[in-house]
Amino acid sequence: MSLLALEALHVSYGGIKAVKGIDVTVDEGELVCLIGANGAGKTTTLKAITGLLHPAAGRVMYAGEEISGRKSFEIARRGLALVPEGRGVFPQLTIEENLRMGAYARDDKPGVAQDMERMFSLFPRLKERRAQTAGTLSGGEQQMLAIGRALMSRPKLLLLDEPSMGLAPLMVEKIFEVIRAVSSEGVTLLLVEQNARLALEASHRGYVLEGGTVTLSGDAKSLLGNPQVRQAYLGE
Amino acid sequence: MTLVDTIKKHPQARWIGMALIAIALLALPFVLVQVGTAWVRITNLALLFVLLSLGLNIVVGFAGLLDLGYIAFYAVGAYVYALLASPHFNIHWPWWAILPLGAAVACFFGVILGTPTLKLRGDYLAIVTLGFGEIIRIFLNNLSEPFNLTNGPKGISTIDPINFFGISFGNTSTLGPLQFNEATKYYFFLLAVLMLVIVVNLRLQDSRIGRAWEAIREDEVAARAMGINTTRMKLLAFAMGASFGGISGAIFSSIQGFISPESFVLNESVMVLAMVVLGGMGNIWGVILGAILLSFVPEILRYTVEPAQRMLFGRSIIDPEVIRMLLFGLAMVVVMLVRPAGLWPSAVRQRELAPDDEAPAA
Repeated sequence: MSLLALEALHVSYGGIKAVKGIDVTVDEGELVCLIGANGAGKTTTLKAITGLLHPAAGRVMYAGEEISGRKSFEIARRGLALVPEGRGVFPQLTIEENLRMGAYARDDKPGVAQDMERMFSLFPRLKERRAQTAGTLSGGEQQMLAIGRALMSRPKLLLLDEPSMGLAPLMVEKIFEVIRAVSSEGVTLLLVEQNARLALEASHRGYVLEGGTVTLSGDAKSLLGNPQVRQAYLGE
Repeated sequence: MTLVDTIKKHPQARWIGMALIAIALLALPFVLVQVGTAWVRITNLALLFVLLSLGLNIVVGFAGLLDLGYIAFYAVGAYVYALLASPHFNIHWPWWAILPLGAAVACFFGVILGTPTLKLRGDYLAIVTLGFGEIIRIFLNNLSEPFNLTNGPKGISTIDPINFFGISFGNTSTLGPLQFNEATKYYFFLLAVLMLVIVVNLRLQDSRIGRAWEAIREDEVAARAMGINTTRMKLLAFAMGASFGGISGAIFSSIQGFISPESFVLNESVMVLAMVVLGGMGNIWGVILGAILLSFVPEILRYTVEPAQRMLFGRSIIDPEVIRMLLFGLAMVVVMLVRPAGLWPSAVRQRELAPDDEAPAA
């Protein structure tokens, strides 16, 4: 059974049908990416999964239960963590406070303290600046913090929305290193990316979204070799 | 910040300081009575404003929801007390029954205001809350017909003073060498309520609820992604803020002995908000400072502006009331220019304005 399954999902966004009946599955332990151009419906899909938007038709199944229609805070408490587009860190709170906020729904204090140290070893840069406010961090550091904050909730499924957006190439590489590391720890990930090459190289499987429908899907390696993908998304 | 450093180095200094403050607070009314009972009354009103500001601080400072109609909850509390402890309906309930009820009714109105405004933020929320404040006042003004509930603009008079388990707050009692007049009794009552409210506020700030409000204030969508029930937390902020307003209103009613809708105009809401903003939104001590300053400064000016003019020019040139508000407004503008986050800002808001080089080097 898949951890996450989108079944014939339709989502409208401001009167526009942004997602027109897609089927996506993510199995436990997998790293799956959703690639596509601007306006293909990637972010809308994530919003529907996390309850920020409600599907017009179809279902979102998570761990065998339908979660579409539920409130986003309830979905978050079930272990589904979103790293939103543009990071969404709390700018006036310190790094430590941001991370602690990620563990808001947890009540095991020793576990939270332990995870905090784990985040600092995963992101040494954040440790150096733990008392600094998140707003003073660079874009890449904010992205790390947003990922760290999401991990603090010990998610079963981590959703990443455009983690490479607006970052310097060196930082993008670092972020993808982190994504791989998180995945190898056993966290299930659904990655939404415009940078198709990096996303497919890191993922197990991928879906290509075009105009709100899935046009291609399959093994990440085979997608990388697919001439259509190469032409449309890898610039060859 | 040398004072803070000294306190950090010598923890016992903290206790000595607190003891000194306690003694000063206990002795204050007896000193003020020597100047005039009016000053004890002014102090009592200041304490009421401190209570109100602390209540509004929950909504505005903690949860970041701009409320321009806060005085409505004060009005609700005041009318609950007035209706249940006056000859108007010939009901004379004891204060310990009415105060919690006043808080509960105000809390109910807080939820009534909060529910439809949950999706509003910033300017839009401000407009709706402003309207709400006015609606309450206009209702109070007109609910004299067909059934005379509020006695309209004439207000309700001869409201019972608090009777504290046999000690009436309506007359003077003597305890040894000490004279406790009405104002002094209310002073101690208010001081006790204030201590309680401060403790509640401090606990709230450090609690999970406080952290949830902090997250909502910073970024509501992100707060939801952290698993925070933003709907419930925002309603809770409105409800708690309103309850404190209701309690203050009920006490106000008993102190004044007379209330009318005129006491609950928009100006009062703005004043309380000014206290919160000027003192330092989100910081309990800053808010208290702001409320005390803005309560006392106009009163002090009232007693100094005219004599000063007479001394300088031999006669009163400008109406004291006009110059008082002018100076008051000027002082507020200066404070907001010099200390935009308030006189005593919260740590988080202070950071907002701190220069980057203060951050530890990477």
